[in-house]
Amino acid sequence: MASSTMAGAHDHPRGLRRFLFSTNHKDIGTLYIILGSIGGVIGFLLSLGMRLELAYPGVQIFPGLAEALQGADPSMALDAGKNLYNVFITVHGVLMIFFMAMPILIGGFGNWFVPIMIGAPDMAFPRLNNISFWLLFASLVLAVISMFVEGAPGMKGFGGGWTFYPPLSSNTGSPGPAMDFVILALHLAGASSILGAINFITTIFNMRAPGMTLHKMPLFVWSMLVTAFLLLLVLPVLAGCVTMLLTDRNFGTMFYDPAGGGDPLLFQHLLWFFGHPEVYIVILPGFGIISQIVSTFSKKPVFGYLGMAYAMVSIGVLGSIVWAHHMYTVGMSLNAQRYFTLATMVIAVPTGIKIFSWIATMWGGSISFRAPMVWAIGFIFVFTMGGITGVVLANASADKQFHEGYYVVAHFHYTLSLGAVFALYAGFYYWFPKMTGYMYSETLAKANFWLLFIGVNVVFFPQHFLGLGGMPRRYIDYPDAYALWNLVSSSGMIFVTLSLIVWFYAIIEAFMKKRLAGANPWGVGATTLEWTLSSPPPFHQFQVLPRITGASR
Amino acid sequence: MFNVNRRMLTRGALAAAVTIPATLFAGFALAQVEGQPTPGGLGLPNMVTPVGLGTQQFYNMVLMPIISFIALFVLGLLVYVSYRFNEQRNPIPSKLTHNTPLEIVWTLIPVLILLFISVPSLRLLAEQVEVPEASVTIKVTGNQWYWSYKYPEDQGGGFGFDQMLKPESELQPGDLRLLSVDNEAVVPVNEVIAVHITSNDVIHAFGVPSFGVRMDAIPGRLNQTWFKIEKEGVYYGQCFFICGKDHAYMPIVIRAVSREKYNEWLAQAKQKFASADSRVRVAAESH
Repeated sequence: MASSTMAGAHDHPRGLRRFLFSTNHKDIGTLYIILGSIGGVIGFLLSLGMRLELAYPGVQIFPGLAEALQGADPSMALDAGKNLYNVFITVHGVLMIFFMAMPILIGGFGNWFVPIMIGAPDMAFPRLNNISFWLLFASLVLAVISMFVEGAPGMKGFGGGWTFYPPLSSNTGSPGPAMDFVILALHLAGASSILGAINFITTIFNMRAPGMTLHKMPLFVWSMLVTAFLLLLVLPVLAGCVTMLLTDRNFGTMFYDPAGGGDPLLFQHLLWFFGHPEVYIVILPGFGIISQIVSTFSKKPVFGYLGMAYAMVSIGVLGSIVWAHHMYTVGMSLNAQRYFTLATMVIAVPTGIKIFSWIATMWGGSISFRAPMVWAIGFIFVFTMGGITGVVLANASADKQFHEGYYVVAHFHYTLSLGAVFALYAGFYYWFPKMTGYMYSETLAKANFWLLFIGVNVVFFPQHFLGLGGMPRRYIDYPDAYALWNLVSSSGMIFVTLSLIVWFYAIIEAFMKKRLAGANPWGVGATTLEWTLSSPPPFHQFQVLPRITGASR
Repeated sequence: MFNVNRRMLTRGALAAAVTIPATLFAGFALAQVEGQPTPGGLGLPNMVTPVGLGTQQFYNMVLMPIISFIALFVLGLLVYVSYRFNEQRNPIPSKLTHNTPLEIVWTLIPVLILLFISVPSLRLLAEQVEVPEASVTIKVTGNQWYWSYKYPEDQGGGFGFDQMLKPESELQPGDLRLLSVDNEAVVPVNEVIAVHITSNDVIHAFGVPSFGVRMDAIPGRLNQTWFKIEKEGVYYGQCFFICGKDHAYMPIVIRAVSREKYNEWLAQAKQKFASADSRVRVAAESH
C-alpha cells in the first residue's frame, strides 16, 4: 500500500476502484454525465406518461399506472391515479433540474473541461469532488424512494409540484414521509452543489496556468465561475427554507403555518430567492458552451468577449434580485409588483447582448455546419423563443392572465427543455470525441437534432395557445375545448422519443466503430486548451503547465 | 372523436396559415362563446371586464407584435448568416471581434423597447391592483376541492354556499364537462364586484380567464381583487394552483345578470342557503 501511495501522483486505478473512489476530475465528470443521463431518461419517461395521459380528455392511463407502479388498490385506483399524476409532475421537475441539467452541465462538462481549459492538472479539491458526486447519487435514491412511500393521506409520493409550497407540503397536505424524503434529497443535492461550487471557485481563482488571466479565460469557464457563485449564494437559502419546512413537519415549529403566526408566503420568498437564480444556474453553463461552439465552427474569436463575460455576470446579479416575479398573484403590494416587473425586464438586455454577440460571431465567419454547430444554432433560436415569452411574463399585469397556466409551461420549457437541453446536446457532441477519443456518426447526430427540434417544437409551441386560452397547468384532465392542442402537443412526443433512441444508437455506434477522433477534430477554430491534448486526454494532464501568451480569445 | 379532431385540426391549420403574426393571436374568432374556452382557440378569450380588455389590448397590441418581430428578426439573422457565411461561400473568416457602436446600439434598442412596454404595463397593473369602490363584495374560500362563497348581510346577502363540480353523470345538455357546477355564483352586471379570497387548507388560486383575474387563495391571508363584468352571461374559471389530487376538479362559475335579477336571486338564495345545514356542512368540512 505504501508503495502505491508513493506512486500516487501517477496512480491509475482500474475498474470499480477507479470510479467508486475516483478523485480524477475527468472520471468524476464522466460519472456525473452518466448519472445525469439516467436522471434525464427517468424524467423523460415521466413526461411521456403525462403527455400520454393528456393526449385525450378524460383520465385514461394513470389509474392503471398507480396500480402497476405503486400497488394501488383497484377500488382506489382513480384517486391514486390523480395523485400519481401530481407525483409525476413533481418528480419530473426535480429530476430534470437537479438530476439531469445540473449534473451534466456543471458536474459533467464543468468537471471535465474547467481544469483543462484553464491549464490545470485537476480540480483544487479532488476528494471534495468525489463526495459531491456521491452525495448527489444518494440524493437521487432518496428522491426516487419518495415516490413509493406515503405522502397525502392514503396516497403514495409527494404531488405538490417541484416548488413544494406549504401547506400542501406540510402536515396539512402531505403528512406522510414522502415529503421528508424529498427534503432530505434536497439537502444532499444542495450540499453536493455547494461543495462543487467551492471547488470550482477555488480552482478557477487559484489554478489558472501562467498567463491565463481572468480576461483570457474561455467563456465556458466564465460561465462556470458565475454559476458557482450563484450556487454558493442561493443554495444555503434553499437549505434553510426546506429545513424550516422539515421542522414544521416533524418538530412542531410553525414557520409556515398561519395558525402559529407563520406565513406560507415566507416559504415562497425563500424558495424563489433560490429558485430564480437556479434557472440561471441551469442556463449559464449552456451560454458558455454555445459561445465555445459558435466561435469554433465560425473559425472566429467570440465577438465582444468582455461584453459576453460581463453580460453573464450581470445576468447572475440581476437574476438574484427578481425572484418574486414568480409570485405576482399572491397579493403583493403594487410597488413590489412594479419593482419586480421592471427589474425582470432588465434581464432581457444582457440576454439580448448574448444573442446578438453569437450572431455577430457567426457574421463574417466561415461556418462549418458540423453537428455541434447545428445544435448551437438551434439553441439560439429556441432560447430566443423562450426569452421573448419571458418578456411577456415579466409584466405583472400580463402575468395575471398567464400565471400557473400553459403559457408559462411553454415559456420555461422553451428556455430549459429546449434551451438548456440543446446546449447540453451541443456540448455533448462537441466534446464527445475529446472525452472518448471516438468520432460519432455525423448523420446520426444531425438526425438526433432534427428529431428533437421538430419534436419539442410540436410539443411546446401549441402550449402557448393552451395558455392563452386559459388552461391551468398541473391538470390531469381538462375541459374538452383544449383537446385539439393537447393532442398536437402529445403527438410531438413521438419525435422526442425517436430522438432519444437515435441518441443512444449514436453513442453505441461510435463505440463500436471506434473511428479515432484525433486531438482536434474541429480544425483551426478550436483554440481552447482541451484541443491541444490527446483524445481522450491523459489520466493526468499538464504535467508541465502550459504557458498562455497573446490574446487567447 | 377522431373526426372532430381532424376537422378542428384542418380548420386550425388553415386559419394559422392565413393569419399574419400580428393578428395571429388577436381577435381570433373561431366559434367563440364568451366566458368559456374556445375549441382549438389560438388566442386570448373574449374579455368582458375593463381589466380583461386592458390585458387583451396590452397583449395583442403591444406584446405580441413586439415578440413576434424579435423572433422573426433573430430567425432571419440566423438564416442569413448561415447562408452568407457558410464555409463554401466564405472560406476566409474575418477577424472582426469588436464594434463598439454596434454593441451600444444593441444594448440601447432593447432598453427603449422595454421602456415602451413598461408604460402600458404599469398602467394596467395599477388598474388591476387598486380596487375601486365596490357595490358588491363577495368572499371566496378555497377548499380541497371546491370553492365556498359568502355574500355579506349588509348588501342583501347573509348566506353562503359551496360550489362543487357537477359529476359527469349529472351533466345536462349545455353543461361543460369539468367546468359546470351545482351552485353558480351570481353577481350583477356593470357593477364593481370586490372579491375577498382566502383558503381553508392549502393554497388554491381563483382564476377566470375572461375577466383577466387570477388571485391566490392562501390560508391565513385575505387577498382582494375585483372585476366589473360588462356583459351578461355565464363565465367559467378554474383553480390555478396545484392543491392535491382533485386540483383539476374545482371549477368556478360566475353568472352575471341585471341588477333586478340579481336582487331576485339574492332573495331566493337567502332562503335556499341560509338554512342551518349548509352552514354546518361548511363548518364541518373546514374542520
